[in-house]
Amino acid sequence: MARHNMQPVRKPKNIKGTINRILKYMKQYRISVIIVGILVLVSSATSIAGTYFLKPLINNYIIPFIGQENPDLSGLVKGVSTMAVVYTLGALSAYIYNRIMISVSTGTLLNLRKDLFNHLQTLPIKYFDAHTHGELMSRFTNDIDAIREMLSNTITHLISSGVTVIGVFSAMLILNPVLTIIVIVMLVIITQIIKIVGSKSGMFFRRQQKAVGKVNGYIEEMIEGQKVVKVFCHEDKAKSEFDKLNEELQNAAYGAHSFANVLMPIMGNLSYVHYALTAIVGSVLTIYTGFDIGSLASFLQYTRSFSQPITQMSQQFNSILSALAGAERIFEVLDQQPEIDNGYVTLVNARYEDGELKECENRTGIWAWKHPHHDGTVTYKEVKGEVTFDNVVFGYEENNIVLKGISLYAKPGQRIAFVGSTGAGKTTITNLINRFYDVPDGKIRYDGININKIKKSDLRRSLSMVLQDTHLFTGTIMDNIRYGKLDATDEQAKEAAKLANAHSFIEMLKDGYDTIITGDGLNLSQGQRQLLAIARAAVANPPVLILDEATSSIDTRTERLIEKGMNSLMEGRTVFVIAHRLSTVRNSNAIMVLEHGEIIERGDHDELLAQKGKYYQLYTGMFELE
Amino acid sequence: MIKKFASCVGKYKIFAFLTPLLVICEVVLEVRIPYLMSQIIDIGVANKDVGFITKYGLFMVLLAILSLVTGALGAFTSSKAATGFAKGVRQKLFHKIQDFSFANVDKFSTSSLITRLTTDVTNVQHSFMMIIRMMARAPFMLISAVCMAIFINKKLTMVFLVALPILGFLLAIIACVSFPRFGKMLKKFDTLNSIIQENLIGVRVVKAFVREDHESEKFRKAAEDVRNAQVHAEKVIIWNMPIMQFIMYGCMIAIFWFGGNMIVVGEMKTGQLISFISYVSQILMSLMMISMFFINIVISRASIQRITEVFDEIPDISDETATKTAVPSGSITFNNVCFEYIKGKKVLKDVSFDIKSGETVGILGGTGSSKTSLVQLIPRLYDATEGEISVGGINVKDYKISALRQSVAMVLQNNVLFSGTIMENLRWGNPDADENQITEACKNAQAHDFITSFPDGYNTMLGQGGVNLSGGQKQRLCIARALLKKPKIIILDDSTSAVDTATDKKIRNALKKSLQETTTIIIAQRISSVIDADKIIVMDNGKIDQIGTHDELLSSNEIYKEVYESQQKGADENGKA
Repeated sequence: MARHNMQPVRKPKNIKGTINRILKYMKQYRISVIIVGILVLVSSATSIAGTYFLKPLINNYIIPFIGQENPDLSGLVKGVSTMAVVYTLGALSAYIYNRIMISVSTGTLLNLRKDLFNHLQTLPIKYFDAHTHGELMSRFTNDIDAIREMLSNTITHLISSGVTVIGVFSAMLILNPVLTIIVIVMLVIITQIIKIVGSKSGMFFRRQQKAVGKVNGYIEEMIEGQKVVKVFCHEDKAKSEFDKLNEELQNAAYGAHSFANVLMPIMGNLSYVHYALTAIVGSVLTIYTGFDIGSLASFLQYTRSFSQPITQMSQQFNSILSALAGAERIFEVLDQQPEIDNGYVTLVNARYEDGELKECENRTGIWAWKHPHHDGTVTYKEVKGEVTFDNVVFGYEENNIVLKGISLYAKPGQRIAFVGSTGAGKTTITNLINRFYDVPDGKIRYDGININKIKKSDLRRSLSMVLQDTHLFTGTIMDNIRYGKLDATDEQAKEAAKLANAHSFIEMLKDGYDTIITGDGLNLSQGQRQLLAIARAAVANPPVLILDEATSSIDTRTERLIEKGMNSLMEGRTVFVIAHRLSTVRNSNAIMVLEHGEIIERGDHDELLAQKGKYYQLYTGMFELE
Repeated sequence: MIKKFASCVGKYKIFAFLTPLLVICEVVLEVRIPYLMSQIIDIGVANKDVGFITKYGLFMVLLAILSLVTGALGAFTSSKAATGFAKGVRQKLFHKIQDFSFANVDKFSTSSLITRLTTDVTNVQHSFMMIIRMMARAPFMLISAVCMAIFINKKLTMVFLVALPILGFLLAIIACVSFPRFGKMLKKFDTLNSIIQENLIGVRVVKAFVREDHESEKFRKAAEDVRNAQVHAEKVIIWNMPIMQFIMYGCMIAIFWFGGNMIVVGEMKTGQLISFISYVSQILMSLMMISMFFINIVISRASIQRITEVFDEIPDISDETATKTAVPSGSITFNNVCFEYIKGKKVLKDVSFDIKSGETVGILGGTGSSKTSLVQLIPRLYDATEGEISVGGINVKDYKISALRQSVAMVLQNNVLFSGTIMENLRWGNPDADENQITEACKNAQAHDFITSFPDGYNTMLGQGGVNLSGGQKQRLCIARALLKKPKIIILDDSTSAVDTATDKKIRNALKKSLQETTTIIIAQRISSVIDADKIIVMDNGKIDQIGTHDELLSSNEIYKEVYESQQKGADENGKA
């Protein structure tokens, strides 16, 4: 976001395809856009016609009556009122097309934004791993902005400039073909100048972009590391290095701005040169060829309105290019394959009727997997929370295997812990259970069903996760707890908070559960945020719970305080625990010691200690985990 | 406020002054041209005097070319001034931030400081360019064109007398109505962006709880709000154009009517009427430009304000009156120290202790017990709210800050490495360190081995933030960097949390051996990290619960015992078994 409106202009690759897709977004406004086109035409035409009126006005209604005692002004009245009508029409259509364009552009942008965001929601975690937040953010800011600029200004400007140039040129040709020769000469000069200045400024702009990139990069790094800068008294060095980059930026920016700015005075004054030349030649023509004053007056006015639209068109060109490049980047995101979900086994509420499991509407506390079969029959299986891994192999990148043949069996209600150093693959295992990533080799079964057959959203609803980085959302504390179950009552949410030992600190806050948390919960301590995240998972009340370093920021004393709550939370559920603090995992039914993607030891606490292997080393403090 | 920005122009002042002058010259030259044209028609054509026509015509060309030159020069000077101004603002901001204390930095978030230095500066630069170019051009053009109009025909100028106030009034109304609407729109944009950002950061939570639809709904609402606010604001601003056209066309019609009548009765000439029409557009366009200018200023007002906030921030730690430039020893004394980040919320309460030079001290305590706050007071990263802190027997406030921080090395909890080679990063500790000193520090920090295992060794390039290193490696580099300062006091704030116990122990042993004179303060979660310390300070809720050695605390301190048990119980059990 910091690079706002400073992104380098990248040339679009597929102009035609991109334009077509943008047009598709505007399809619903098809009629509006046609009306806008007509109105722009009308507005430009009226302004051309208005100038053309000078001719009859002067020739027919003014000059003939000069010096007359009782001039007949009815012609003048007629002429002036016709002009009034034409001008009013022009001004009105200008307003109307602008007003329509606002609706069209904001509406198109709204749809584009919604599509982009909704599509992002469907993308797999893998996509978010590969793209930084800043990068995705700039799709919403810079790229949308560029398109907005194009929709709200460029299109109408282009049409009106085009119409004006053609209209004015035709009018000139009609008024006087000889004088039009000067116009053509001027046209050549103007396009040459635009070309030269354009290429120069293009070059400087690229240089500026580079310098901007360097300065912004430096700013980002130094501001982010500001505290370290201060601790090392590095301020002066940072200043002098910054000054150097800043100086370079100014040099490049000076060139870029100069050439961008110089175009306006050059074009404006060239049109005065044109004006003067037309005045000379036109006057001479008036004297010798009977070219009339009225035509000369119109012609002179036209020379003033000829170069501006050309300059404008040349300037619009850049904004179109950057809009198309922006659109292309947005479409790239929209073209990303969403998370594949071929699951057909769904999660339903169920109850036992005569010992048989039946689907029902209301929450009963019993969940069942609804499993439709090829032959049309449907079977139900109660959700118990049994998870098995069968020789699971997985790597984030193809030739970098993280998990090498993991097999494990978690009985319903068991507590399974993973320990091992960073990079051993603990978090990866849990990310496979809820299908953040899909397994290429081996099988994971949930209550005996291959998880690939379970609809992703239902699979995830049957699991609850507490992650190490607890992400909270702007809103009240109550909203954040309710994130786990949107229709939870206040009582349920408070119950969950009590379970997570969060209730007491929430009550201490001035607004209690209505306290607004901003940003990523910055006004709470890391430990408090983790407690909220636990409450959030608790309110969801799923059969399987995954705790990934859920208590790492909670000191051992507080951890002991919430131990009771945690125990009741884990009661009756299958729980996967990842922790580097071994005190957290001690009570597990089975502990898996992972190293380099393999389970090297497994067993309960006592068994593992008796083995005197890695776990023993870890536990007795000979090795602490990273 | 203007003064603060004016100083940023610096040596580009001359260009800043030259620009309006050049622009005014351009206007003066330009504004004569339509008048000369009227002379050509009214005198030259009327008298069929080709010589007159050519003379006046060429004079016009000359004026246009001169005006072109001044205009082009103005473009260059204004670019020089505006980019120079931007440079100045950027520099002043950056330097100011370097002078900030931690408390100042905390006040602004990192990302907001970055925006202020980038986007906001660009906006301000744009406005500055507008001021020196447009604000000279528009009013001057307005006045000169009106003068020319009066010169040609006083009576006909009355048309402007009616039109200008109406236009001015209408433009002002549009501006007044749209400003707050634009303000609201920008706020809606902020909300929208924060929703996107939170969604991106918390994508795993969203997916884990299957809340994609919930998020989409949240986004839809915000996006629609943005759209509505945008329509609400822009539908006002688009009145500008038709109103402008309406008035301009109205003026023209009035001029045609009255002018035509005057020509008929001989009070005016045809050429004069034609040139008068040129002045209509010049006059009204300049008014338009003024109104555009105000809109732009409003849009960049937020940026100006945000930059001013940084300018106005007073660094709350200053060493102007301090005189001491050397720290004699590593002893530390806290005397009834209280500290608060936010007024009225004490995070440290009445803390007093003594540490002798060369001692190793452990600090232990739960989350939020203010361990970090405590040690940050030593190198004056923050100032104590009450009480006194002395280092080497001298109040920390009496030291030059650079002298104090040079002698007190601190390895922060959230430490940062910078892009560059490992060597360059290490030299932050001491720019003049030779290779021996560097390897020695790295050996002590147990970093030498992994550094030399890289193909490029000490010249390995680190990405921004040291992304290509593991957590433990980063921490060890940070320790080595701090060691290179050869400090009198070294503070390790939970700096080995990602280092395994064995390596942690090696680091501690190495420090003990090579830094015998140096006072070492270790904040740790693990008992094993502080077990050998000369004394251990147990913190609880901003207060010192007890100070003592491991054995003393184990026998008499409840908190310490609890922590110890939670970490060691299993090991003991096993020992018995």
